[in-house]
Amino acid sequence: MKKRAKPAAGEVAAIGTDAALPKSSVSTEPVVTPVEETPPEKKPVKAVSKTANMGALREMLYFAFRNRKLVIGLCLVLFFLLVAIIGPYLALHDPIYNIDGPSAHAPMLHGRYWLGTTPEGLDVFAQFVTGLKLAFVVGLIGGGLAAVIGTVVGFTAGYNGGIVDEVLNMLTNVILCMPVFVVLIVIAAFVHIKGPVPEALIIGMVTWPWAARALRSQTFSLSSREFVSLARLSGENSWKIIFKEIAPNVSSYLFMMFILLFGGAILTATTLDFIGLGPAGSITFGQMMLNAFNDSALLLGYWWWFIPPGLAVMLLVGGAYFMNVGLDEVFNPRLREM
Amino acid sequence: MRRYFVRKLITYGITFFSAVTIDWTIPHLMPGNPILNLLANFRIQNQETFNNLYNSYARAFRADLPLWKQYYYFWVSLFHGDLGISFSNFPTPVTLLIQRAAPYTLGLLIPAILLSWYAGNKVGAMAARRKVLDNSVLPVSYALTATPYQWFALVLAWLFAFIWQIFPIGRGYGIGVIPQWSWFFFFDLLKHWFLPFMTLFLVYFGGWAIGMRNMIIYELESDYSHYLEALGAPRRLVRKYAFRNAVLPQVTGLALQLGAVLAGALVTEIVFTYPGLGSLIYRAIINNDYFVIQGTFLLIIIGVLIANFVVDIVYVLIDPRARIGMQGGEA
Repeated sequence: MKKRAKPAAGEVAAIGTDAALPKSSVSTEPVVTPVEETPPEKKPVKAVSKTANMGALREMLYFAFRNRKLVIGLCLVLFFLLVAIIGPYLALHDPIYNIDGPSAHAPMLHGRYWLGTTPEGLDVFAQFVTGLKLAFVVGLIGGGLAAVIGTVVGFTAGYNGGIVDEVLNMLTNVILCMPVFVVLIVIAAFVHIKGPVPEALIIGMVTWPWAARALRSQTFSLSSREFVSLARLSGENSWKIIFKEIAPNVSSYLFMMFILLFGGAILTATTLDFIGLGPAGSITFGQMMLNAFNDSALLLGYWWWFIPPGLAVMLLVGGAYFMNVGLDEVFNPRLREM
Repeated sequence: MRRYFVRKLITYGITFFSAVTIDWTIPHLMPGNPILNLLANFRIQNQETFNNLYNSYARAFRADLPLWKQYYYFWVSLFHGDLGISFSNFPTPVTLLIQRAAPYTLGLLIPAILLSWYAGNKVGAMAARRKVLDNSVLPVSYALTATPYQWFALVLAWLFAFIWQIFPIGRGYGIGVIPQWSWFFFFDLLKHWFLPFMTLFLVYFGGWAIGMRNMIIYELESDYSHYLEALGAPRRLVRKYAFRNAVLPQVTGLALQLGAVLAGALVTEIVFTYPGLGSLIYRAIINNDYFVIQGTFLLIIIGVLIANFVVDIVYVLIDPRARIGMQGGEA
């Protein structure tokens, strides 16, 4: 089904710089503001023709590269991704088994141990890149799983309404009330986690509720709009409607949700690993901090052991969050700085 | 309004029930035998001793009864306020251990949450749509909220306790100090409290400031703000109205964040070896002290649910629409 987007007044002026854009079919991504606040006719709903799509994309990219928050955040995340991918090839030693290094040596920029060594003579840089790789694994898998569950629950509850909504909403609220981290402690204390992937899956399974709740309200308000009713009248099945009519309108929202869940999963995993409940035998950031703490790195001043992992988490997750604000401004013209 | 509270209470009831069930199920139905894990710590060579110990532990866990009965007894002892006995601090009851630890955790959490919430909202609201302030507050807040608590704690401890030696760390009060009602003891307590408090305060602060800043921008861009501006209302007045509207989601946010906030307090305590619930859980994990883990979990759940309920009441009190509903009108 086709639906013509109504041009919103203020937005034509905003993209006046892009000459290639046909004026008749101005379309931006859906506004992510809490939906209740904007009257429906203000929101352009769907791009129709190919040129309009291209124009929208061009416009989006234009604002994306002009947005400093997005660029800075993206650079930070990409930098760490690069380090996580090529770092293991640059590391000269095994992170766990190489024990002939000097004991607790400070970082040497021209030597073989760029970030120094632990008291056992292990290479901190090698541990760091392994930890970074596992942080990405946990973030992508854990955040990804949470995003998938949150999306399915949010769509189902918001679109169907009624008893399905009641049940799913109750489930969401119950998990929201629970202190998730303490639940994780209990799970991890009794079930010994075998590796980073199971850890990520457990984290994903408990951190989805807020995403589901946010998506539910978006879906709820979208599903009462004319174009969805029209699709319903034409007899399409509900999953098709959800994916063809509703999902494209919240795609930017889904992406931003994933970024937040990605960061959250990394932070949760780091904390869980720090209390010794992470995957046994793998070197993670939390594990590094725990080892440093247990071996009195504070007292002995081995700062190179505990500073890098936490700093990396701070910059990586902070970068991801920062990117998120930038994206929000790109997708949502109202938030752009005047 | 009554409907609202009834729904909330039902949710809390289900949450409590599921939490107790999880707390009971996980040790019982998961692969691996917790009693065997526990006995493995003792490294017993003699088979007979091992069997005897195993049986007595099985009886203590009530593992010799059918499962449904174990579950039933779990609830019964819970309502009697009996959470079992600590293995590593035998024979101290778990409730006593929690009673000793909880004041320290609450003493950290409550001031840190309230002050950071207040300061974060103020600063976030100030920063919104003000170029210079926004460009400095926003990155700092994001860095703070993306910081793992334990790392921030490690850095503060390293700087202030080891390099500059301004604050002591470890324990709730100095080693030679006797707990008593005196200024000296109070200051000693305060000195040990300050660093963990600061850690929590700063990390929480980042989150609140960002939330408020984003909410205010949404509000300032909404129709009523534009309308007010078009009428010629001063900027300050528009901001005031925006703040009032933006603060409501922040109150709800407080309830949603309680779990995460608590997790922060637990790990921060571990770094400072502050004698609260976090250190208690940490020691219990190391020693496989299952009753302590289970009991602390239950108490934390109860605490979080109570806190949630308090936030609900506060929400009703500050939201005029909900207040009108309370007084009998239709909101």
